Amino acid sequence: MSLLQVEGLGIEFGGVRAVHDVSFAMKPGEIVSVIGPNGAGKTTLFNMISGVYLPGSGRVKLDGEDVTGMSPHLLARRGLSRTFQNLQIFQQMTVLENAIAGYHLQESGHLLADLLNLPSSRRRAQVAREGAQKLLERVGLGRAGEQEAGNLSYGALKRLEIARALALKPRVLLLDEPAAGCNAVETEEIDHLIAEVAAEGVAILLVEHDMKMVMRISNHIVVLDHGEKIAEGDPATVSRNPDVIAAYLGTQEAADADG
Amino acid sequence: MKLSNKQATLLVLALLIAITPFFFPSSYYYRVGSLIFVNGIAVTGMVILIGYAGQISLGHAGFAGIGAYTCALAPVHLGLHPGLALVLGAVISAAMAWLIGRPILRLKGYYLGVATLGFGILVSMVLANERDITRGPDGIEVPDLGLRGLLKDMGLNLNNSEFWYGFTGLALLLGAWLALNLFNSPTGRALRALHGSEIAARTVGVDVARLKLQAFVISAVYASVSGSLLALQNKFITPDVAGYMHSIEMVTMAVLGGAGSVLGAIFGAGILTMLPQVLTVFAEYEQLMLGLVMMLVMIFMREGLLPSVLRLIRGRGE
Ligand SMILES: Nc1ncnc2c1ncn2[C@@H]1O[C@H](COP(=O)(O)OP(=O)(O)OP(=O)(O)O)[C@@H](O)[C@H]1O
Ligand SMILES: [Mg+2]
Repeated sequence: MSLLQVEGLGIEFGGVRAVHDVSFAMKPGEIVSVIGPNGAGKTTLFNMISGVYLPGSGRVKLDGEDVTGMSPHLLARRGLSRTFQNLQIFQQMTVLENAIAGYHLQESGHLLADLLNLPSSRRRAQVAREGAQKLLERVGLGRAGEQEAGNLSYGALKRLEIARALALKPRVLLLDEPAAGCNAVETEEIDHLIAEVAAEGVAILLVEHDMKMVMRISNHIVVLDHGEKIAEGDPATVSRNPDVIAAYLGTQEAADADG
Repeated sequence: MKLSNKQATLLVLALLIAITPFFFPSSYYYRVGSLIFVNGIAVTGMVILIGYAGQISLGHAGFAGIGAYTCALAPVHLGLHPGLALVLGAVISAAMAWLIGRPILRLKGYYLGVATLGFGILVSMVLANERDITRGPDGIEVPDLGLRGLLKDMGLNLNNSEFWYGFTGLALLLGAWLALNLFNSPTGRALRALHGSEIAARTVGVDVARLKLQAFVISAVYASVSGSLLALQNKFITPDVAGYMHSIEMVTMAVLGGAGSVLGAIFGAGILTMLPQVLTVFAEYEQLMLGLVMMLVMIFMREGLLPSVLRLIRGRGE
């Protein structure tokens, strides 16, 4: 049975169809990539699945439950977590605190216990802190914990967001361009990390412009163009699809014409 | 041994409260000190709301008004001990904050500012107009807390201003301790997270509406206790305690001193409580000077006075 199921999802902004009638499904441990030219609607699709936007049409099902338009914090409780293309970091907090924030659902207890600094509150915070430190090490930020997050490089912040998303122990993880701004070595590390997390049974939905990476790690690819799904299948099938080639070549020609 | 930020803040505060009286030229300064502490309590609440959670309120004096008038009215009408009236005021303020916070906190930025401003004005209007109960704009007397007499019986003889200096100082320490506990707790982290990015906070599971409401209620309780202590100390209170000037004063003290840190905000309360006393030498230019200081601090020290000064000192040290 599929863990995440997207059925006929669509949304309009001021009459413009940003995403229209997109469907696909994913199983635990599967890596599904969404590709398409700039403005194709990939991030908008993520925003609808993760409850940031209320879809205009269609359904999202998580483990059989209809979660369409459910608020992100409730989706987090159900095991859906994500990162952002345009970084959403808690700038004033330290790197470690950003990662600990990912443990919110596990560490939060009673407000009075927190105000009075009761042992129960301290214990929960300590467990979260230790877990967060391990996650930082896993994404290569083990030594950066005490720095203010705002001081990190773009690539490091991308990895910090992954650590924070992993802290939720998600069943479904949405990664929006996790390797953007990372150098070749870092990209490869992220590559390994994604494969590792998927091997633990997490379903990963990925948006990434690095085609080599996409072709290498995806089990399944969904291609969007102008908000519509124009193709899907395994990497080999998709890369041979004439519509896909045309969509990518089309944007290439348009870009050339612009230049 | 390295002190945590919390320990250092509490230590500095406790030392300042304990040691400054030795330098007081006259007993009048005990009164200035306790006014600073009373303001400091309200402002510590503002740190939780503004500095931690990133929400604004221009109406928190409304809660100070509720706290103050509960201390004036509950002993007379309900026969409650003034100390318990303070607690009752805090409970009423919390309930009120919870009720109005739910719809109001959906608003952001200046919309939230205007809505809360409205609440504060509403409270002060009620206090000024319900003459039958509150005796209107001229104010009302507040019964004695009675604690000083009790201490005297126990052999600790303090005059009135000494007593209030010590009592409000301890209350401020307690308030600061709670706020500092909160900062590094799971709840505090969630508040600071939603301040940094509401959308990211949601995706890690933070119930943003609930957390904002908690911060609003907690800060309302601080304002209420501050108002109660002011009333009990002065043994008299007017509706001005709930007026918008007082609300704006609370925000200004917090932001001027540094809304991100408890010590900074209390420092701001100290400066803005003392400056008018110091500036009286400038007579009619007093308000002008005050406004100028506020503008200059905001232009050159956006984080607030204390954090900026500390940064400067650290920068030199390196
Ligand atoms: N909140 C919004 N309001 C109006 N239009 C929007 C909004 N969000 C997205 N869009 C529009 O929807 C379309 C799809 O944008 P989206 O960001 O989803 O593309 P994308 O595939 O993620 O592109 P990129 O590869 O550049 O990240 C674009 O035309 C965009 O301008
Ligand atoms: Mg995008």
